[in-house]
Amino acid sequence: MSPRLAPLKIEARREIPRGLLYATPLLAVALTVVAGFFIFLAMGYDPFLSLYHFFVSPLLSFYGWSELMVKAAPLILIGVGLAVGFRANVWNIGAEGQLTVGAITGGVVALAVWGEEPVWILPVMCLAGIGGGMAYAAIPAFLKTRFGVNEILTSLMLTYVATLFLSTLVYGPLKDPMGFNFPQSRMFGDAALLPLLLEGTRLHLGTGIAVAIAVAGWVMMTFTIVGFQVRVLGQAPQAARFAGFSSTRIVWFCLLLSGGLAGLAGTFEVAGPIGQLIPSISPGYGFTAIIVAFLGRLHPLGIILSGLLMALSYIGGETAQVEVGLPQAVTGVFQGLLLFFLLASDFLVRYRLRFRPTVAAAASSQPAE
Amino acid sequence: MTPDAIALVLLTVISAATPLLFAALGELVVEKSGVLNLGVEGMMILGAVAAFAVAVTTGSGSLGVLAGAAAGTALAFVFGVLTLTLAANQVATGLALTIFGLGLSSLIGAGYVGIPVSPLAKLAVPGVSDLPLIGPLIFGHDALVYLSIAAVAAVAWFLKKSRAGMILRAVGESDISAHSIGYDVIAVRYRAVLFGGAMAGLGGAFLSLSYTPLWAEGMTAGRGWIALALVVFASWRPWRLLAGAYLFGGVTIAQLYTQGAGGLGIPSQVMSMLPYLATILVLTIIAAGPWKGRLNAPACLGKPFRPST
Repeated sequence: MSPRLAPLKIEARREIPRGLLYATPLLAVALTVVAGFFIFLAMGYDPFLSLYHFFVSPLLSFYGWSELMVKAAPLILIGVGLAVGFRANVWNIGAEGQLTVGAITGGVVALAVWGEEPVWILPVMCLAGIGGGMAYAAIPAFLKTRFGVNEILTSLMLTYVATLFLSTLVYGPLKDPMGFNFPQSRMFGDAALLPLLLEGTRLHLGTGIAVAIAVAGWVMMTFTIVGFQVRVLGQAPQAARFAGFSSTRIVWFCLLLSGGLAGLAGTFEVAGPIGQLIPSISPGYGFTAIIVAFLGRLHPLGIILSGLLMALSYIGGETAQVEVGLPQAVTGVFQGLLLFFLLASDFLVRYRLRFRPTVAAAASSQPAE
Repeated sequence: MTPDAIALVLLTVISAATPLLFAALGELVVEKSGVLNLGVEGMMILGAVAAFAVAVTTGSGSLGVLAGAAAGTALAFVFGVLTLTLAANQVATGLALTIFGLGLSSLIGAGYVGIPVSPLAKLAVPGVSDLPLIGPLIFGHDALVYLSIAAVAAVAWFLKKSRAGMILRAVGESDISAHSIGYDVIAVRYRAVLFGGAMAGLGGAFLSLSYTPLWAEGMTAGRGWIALALVVFASWRPWRLLAGAYLFGGVTIAQLYTQGAGGLGIPSQVMSMLPYLATILVLTIIAAGPWKGRLNAPACLGKPFRPST
């Protein structure tokens, strides 16, 4: 018996209760909304009105929903890739950089044939984007498997390099010669733009592909041997070694997969909503996707939902900025808070809180045990 | 180059190195206790904005520095509650800390963009400060620079010679053994994490009050991450950390000077990549080299611990 008299006892659970596992993200969202209420109050805004414009009013119009899908697409694509790695304890933090490189490689293909409108251009751009993202993620993969360099730091450092590289290009060789010296490339030709799924919205083909890839990711993780190996390597590295799974191969697989998907997301951004290369392709999708992966419980189908929710944090931030004058930075605060609450409520998943009987009652019940 | 010009270059190297030194030294102690806090960037930028806001509002640089340290500590406390009390994943929590810190700092700092602040006062010793080369180099800094170097000596002594430092290392090398002979692992780690937060906050305060006495969104620009790499580079040794921080300060300044000199025809963005590429290179050399520096890593680094009561 513990010497402490606290009536609360914390025990590790033997089994993870499924229901609780999927309930905690909802708890985390609820806590974030409550925290948001007090943050808005403290900042001197009407908390009800602010929360309404942040979480509700973007969803009241059809256009709002289509924008939600547009913003969710890159988050889902990247989140699915990252989640596979996180399951195997491969921490690719540089998806933002891989997205940027994918945007560059895909964009360069589009600009190379500018003025012509070849029908094959979109598939080639997508392949170039995937290849660019993969190649960029191959650097941390190589350094990790060959020399044992921590992939967290290398992939993150490469993000800064990628952003600077994109900036070099749009200020230099790829600058639109007719663009009044603005740091942006030419607008892509029509054939190099993703077709819209619905007229009057920005909903493009890429959003559909993102959802399809998430479903494919679920099939892979659940039904294939490689998905099984990833899960074993994350949960029981020694068992994986004993079974002869190559951890080197899994590291390569996870980084190439997440890098490729991030690169594809980058190409979708420039071939979809943006339509050209500009100095900043993404408002931090690569980092937000980390939260998306966790909030979706590292499960591809959960990631579709969490991707939509995190997309709401971007759109809600914009709406609240217009309607209530909230600073855009609120989005980042909300995203960070959400991950805090999720990690904290995970405690309930892994540990059981039990109210112990008082010492007297425990003493009297002792002989019965 | 005249002695004065050399002194000027070295001075800028020192001020570029100081924020890195603060943040990395704090993280070194945290990691020695067996905790990996990837939120250095977040704590640093929150420290930078808090220091700047308080210094502008009160007009006192010292209060600003204190506020920076306090802000870093506060964010580190959140990290402690999540990873130490609630045994959450340290990597994920550290990332959350960085995302949250970047967001909160730009929220707080929105009203402070473009406002000037008077930089921290430089030490002035009559007579000596005017000596060529040595004068400005040894006596021409603000108090934080001296504090950062004194902190290296203090941490080195603490880890190697003091009883508390020995306990901290024991907790980092084998949490279960330390727990079983009666040390409070969680309490030791809390103290280390809070110290790390205060140091990252000081690094941020130095950035916004001395290095570039301005507030700009995202002004840490990855320095928190470079600090993490420096700890690996130094293989968890405080004096090697000092050398590493000054080396990186040198890389930053060399890059700025080349840009200033027309960049040798190289686009400025390519030059700006240098510190990040140097970080990757250094990490690779450390990992691949024959000296096996990473064998020095604390054995329990990043592993959550919950005492079984």
